[in-house]
Amino acid sequence: MLTSGVILLQANLLSPNPGLIFWTAVTFVIVLLILKKIAWGPIITALEEREKGIQSSIDRAHQAKDESEAILRKNNELLSKADAEADKIIREGKEYAEKLRADITGKAQEESKKMIAAALSSIEQEKHRALDVLRNEVADLAVMGAEKIIKTVLDADMQKKIVNSMIQDLSTKRN
Amino acid sequence: MKRLNVLHPKALLKVMAILVPLLVSVGGVSGLSYAQSPSVSAEVVSATAAESGHAVPAAHEEEKAGDVIMHHIFDSNIFAFHPFGEIELPKIAPVAGIDISITKHVVMMWLVSAILLIIFSVVGGKYKKMTNRQAPKGLTNAVEALVEFIRLDVAKSNIGHGYEKHLPYLLTVFFFILLCNLLGLVPYGATATGNINVTLALAIFTFFITQIAALKAHGLKGFLAHLTAGTHWSLWIIMIPIEVIGLFTKPFALAIRLFANMTAGHIVILSLIFISFILKSYIVAVAVSVPFSIFIYLLELFVAFLQAFIFTMLSALFIGLATAHDGHDEHAAEVAHH
Repeated sequence: MLTSGVILLQANLLSPNPGLIFWTAVTFVIVLLILKKIAWGPIITALEEREKGIQSSIDRAHQAKDESEAILRKNNELLSKADAEADKIIREGKEYAEKLRADITGKAQEESKKMIAAALSSIEQEKHRALDVLRNEVADLAVMGAEKIIKTVLDADMQKKIVNSMIQDLSTKRN
Repeated sequence: MKRLNVLHPKALLKVMAILVPLLVSVGGVSGLSYAQSPSVSAEVVSATAAESGHAVPAAHEEEKAGDVIMHHIFDSNIFAFHPFGEIELPKIAPVAGIDISITKHVVMMWLVSAILLIIFSVVGGKYKKMTNRQAPKGLTNAVEALVEFIRLDVAKSNIGHGYEKHLPYLLTVFFFILLCNLLGLVPYGATATGNINVTLALAIFTFFITQIAALKAHGLKGFLAHLTAGTHWSLWIIMIPIEVIGLFTKPFALAIRLFANMTAGHIVILSLIFISFILKSYIVAVAVSVPFSIFIYLLELFVAFLQAFIFTMLSALFIGLATAHDGHDEHAAEVAHH
C-alpha cells in the first residue's frame, strides 16, 4: 500500500524522466543497428532482388512474345513471297510454252510451204523436159515416115496429100 | 493527484446513473465474500485483476481504485507479479544528475528488443539462405507482409525518391512500437509506449531524422529559406516563429498521440473492471465489467497496430515533406488528425 502511494506521489502522468528517455534512446539505437545488420539488410535485398527477378521475367516473356510474333510475321511474309514466286514461275512457263508452240507451228508451216513450192517447180521442170523429148521423138518419126513414103510411092500429088494430112495430124495431136 | 480525485467522482456519478436499477436489485448478492471476485476478471486481464486483487481488500476502495489504476500505468522500480511476489529493480547511481535506474518500462523495452532480435535473426537468416525463386512461408511470410507494407505503402509512397535510406528506421520504429503496445496487453506486462518519456524519445528520433533529411535535401540555405515559407521579408517576423514552432509540434504531436492512445485504453479497461469492485456487485461484473473490458481489450489490440502504423506513417510523411521540393504542411495537417 505504502509503496503505491509513494509512487503515485513521485510520478505524474506527464512528468519528464530523463533516465527513461536515455534508456529508450540507447535501447532503440542498439536495436536499430542490430536489426539493420541482421534483418533489414537481407530482407530488403531479397525483396528487391525478387522484384527485379519478377520484372525481368515479365520483360523476358514480353521479349519472347515479340520475337515469336516477329518470326511468325517473317514466316508469313516468306510464305506469301514463295507463293508469288511459284505463281510467277508457272505463268512464265506457260508463256514460254505458248511462245515455243507458236514458233514451232510457224516454222513447220513455212517448211511445208517451201516443200510444196519446191515440188511444184520440179514438176514443171519435168514436164518441160518430157515435152522436149517428145518433140525430138515426133520429129524423128516424121523423118522416118517421110523416108518410107518417099521410098515406096514416089507420086507427086499423092505425096503432097500424104505429107499435108500427116502434118495436120501431128499438129492436132500436139495440141 | 488532485485533478484525478476531482475527475473520478464525476465519472462515477455517470456510471451510478446507469446502474441504479441494478444496484437496487443486487444489494443481497453483494454481501458475498468479495475477495474472490478478482478471479472473474482474471479471465479477461489477469495482470490487472491480480493487481486489483492485491489492492482492493483495503478499506477505502474508491480512493484505492484510482491509485491502483495509476500504479498500473505509471513506471516504477518494482516489477510486480501478484500474487507471486515482486522484483525490485536495481537502482543505479545518478550520472551527471540524471537518474538512470532501470525501471519497469525499461525492462519491457529490453524484453521487446530481445523478442525483436530473436524473431528477426531467424527471419533474416532465412532470407540470407533464400534465392529469389523461393517463396517465403510461415513466420517469414508474416514478417514479409508487414515489411513489404511498410516499405511500399508507408515509405515509398510518402518519401518517394531515396526512401531506402530511411527504411531501417521506419521498420524498426514500427516493430518496436507494435511489440511494446502488444506486450502491454499481456498479463504482468507494462506498456512502455504508454509512457510519455518513451514516446518522446522516439519522436525525437523522428525529429532529428526529418531535420537531417531536410538539410541534406535542400542544403543549409534551402533549409533556412524554407523557414520563411517563401513569403515577403516583411512577414518573416511572423512566419519564422510559426515555422520554427511547426518543426517542433509535429514530433510533439507524434509523442502525445501514441502515449495518450496507449494510456487511455488501459485506463478504460481498468476503470471498467473497478466498477464491479466499487459497486460490490457480481452482476455488474458479469454484465458490465467483463464484456466491456473484453470489447475494449480487442479494441486495444487493433489500436496497438493502428498506433504503430500511424507513428511510422507520420514519420515517413514528415521525412517526405522535409525532402520534397514543393508543397507544404497542409497535407501533413490533414493526415495528422488521426
